[in-house]
Amino acid sequence: MHKTLKLAFAAAALIGAVSAAQAQQKEILNVSYDVARDVFKDYNPRFIAAYKAKTGEELVVKQSHGGSSKQVRAVADGLEADVVTMNQPTDVSFLAEKGLLAADWNKKFPNNASPYTSAMVFIVRKGNPKGFKDWSDLVKPGVTITLPHPKNTGNGRNTYLSAWGWAQRQPGGNEKTAAAFVGAFLKNVPAFAPGGRDATTNFIQRGQGDVLITFESEAELIAREFGRGNFDVVYPTQTLQTEFPVAVVDKVVDKRGTRKQAQAYLEYLWSKDGQENAAQNYLRPTDKDVLKKYAAQFPPIKTFTVEEVFGSWDKAFNAHFKDGGSFDQVYQVK
Amino acid sequence: MTRKSHRVLPGFGLSLGYSLVYLSLLVLIPLGALIARSAQLSLADFWAIATTERAFAAYKITFGCALIAAIVNGVFGLIVAWVLVRYDFPGKRLVDAFVDLPFALPTAVAGITLTTLYASTGWVGQFLEGVLGFKVAFTPAGIVVALIFIGIPFVVRTVQPVIEDIEQEVEEAAASLGATRGQTFFRVLLPALFPALLTGFTLAFSRAVGEYGSVIFIAGNMPMVSEITPLLIISKLEQYDLPGATVLAVVMLVISFVLLLAINLLQWWTANRHSGRHIENGVQA
Repeated sequence: MHKTLKLAFAAAALIGAVSAAQAQQKEILNVSYDVARDVFKDYNPRFIAAYKAKTGEELVVKQSHGGSSKQVRAVADGLEADVVTMNQPTDVSFLAEKGLLAADWNKKFPNNASPYTSAMVFIVRKGNPKGFKDWSDLVKPGVTITLPHPKNTGNGRNTYLSAWGWAQRQPGGNEKTAAAFVGAFLKNVPAFAPGGRDATTNFIQRGQGDVLITFESEAELIAREFGRGNFDVVYPTQTLQTEFPVAVVDKVVDKRGTRKQAQAYLEYLWSKDGQENAAQNYLRPTDKDVLKKYAAQFPPIKTFTVEEVFGSWDKAFNAHFKDGGSFDQVYQVK
Repeated sequence: MTRKSHRVLPGFGLSLGYSLVYLSLLVLIPLGALIARSAQLSLADFWAIATTERAFAAYKITFGCALIAAIVNGVFGLIVAWVLVRYDFPGKRLVDAFVDLPFALPTAVAGITLTTLYASTGWVGQFLEGVLGFKVAFTPAGIVVALIFIGIPFVVRTVQPVIEDIEQEVEEAAASLGATRGQTFFRVLLPALFPALLTGFTLAFSRAVGEYGSVIFIAGNMPMVSEITPLLIISKLEQYDLPGATVLAVVMLVISFVLLLAINLLQWWTANRHSGRHIENGVQA
């Protein structure tokens, strides 16, 4: 009994000492989307080491992950995020609208404040039995597509815009042909999964659908988790480049006095080391040299951006995913 | 003689005050805030959001599937409760414990498991689809399956103690007075069980109306076909449309309130009828 008491006191003293030491360290919170866990699990130690080497300051980085839109809502409601790292620019714009950060947040870092990118690709059954090569193959009768909800999920929205953009950029393409194409595309979707990961489970484990459309980076995670022998990746002739916008939350860092650290944390994403970390997590680096170094895992693809086809993410969002937008018009009940 | 002197335990004022504060903090204030938020919209806007074709389809699916699931649970929950009380068999305690699992299991886990089982490649699904040609996962039938799963303990756990209270002698007495098995069940047992059964049904139904986590995985979530109202609310939130989401929430609240009120009235009416008959019998005796 005595022994346990002593042990407990010792433990309490230790915890006290550790938390006292921590109190002197600056701490920043990175609020991020769901599947970014791995990226930042690898990135944070790299950044902390580099930051210490440069400034001598010991930093603690905390992570919060969850559905992208739910995360920014939490930040708007008072979760004190020093930085946000998202997978949809509209989520960051939402925070700008709420006055938490500057409206021109995407000009504060290079490449629209997206340190790395990905692209929408097709995951098909091993050997590509239906011979999918391009978006046009997906609207053929009898094809079933596995897709997360286009109105509610980032993955679904990116796929929707990708199909739309592809159709609009074909010879003779315009908004009308694109709407018709996306309508035919949605006809081949028998169910909308509630999230990106669930769509993956439906496709790989439950055998639903001939093709799954998802981020190129996600394809690698599928391979790691379910084995490489189960599927092939098909790169369409043109596809959407997806962005992963990051921003310092001005209101929070000014209040907490962490602007310098938060800024450094995000800037480091563009460093060689940060870019290599992205590449190792199968996100396409924006740094040309790093991209070249990892060329084996990133085959050349022709991509277009949301800006090029739709003007901006906010415009695309309002035109397509708001109630009464294009999705509501082209989606037809079977 | 005042009523107060009849109370055995003191502290009525304190406990009432506590109850009111507690309920206000947990239930009334959040619901009030919800209604206040939706009241920021004009009546015309509110009406327009609440009555879109898609919203109507979602109400129908939500309340329809919840009703079917609650009815199924009413019937089979009663059987389960009966078996657990009246019969002895090996592993009874274990089966009894299983009934509570849907309470404890995270609903998303339930949804994912059910989807895997009922998908066209799943253990149950391949049989249903291959042999009977009946698709469950990613159709409204899947929603009903998920709602049955989460609702069953409500019926079993409310009916069980009442069955325990009905002595077996009552059945024997009915039989010895010449009642058939059917008469014994419908005229003797069911009236005694009915209030508890209705309560269990109501609980299962209300739970099913608000259920989100398990349903979205198995539903297919196609607008107009298999989209529940809670998903439509999430959908509004994903569009950063908080007022729109509150409108749908208020509509659900009102429909649920009216339905629950109706069920309560029914319960009150049956209870009255039941006790009325007791008096009649008493007079006759």
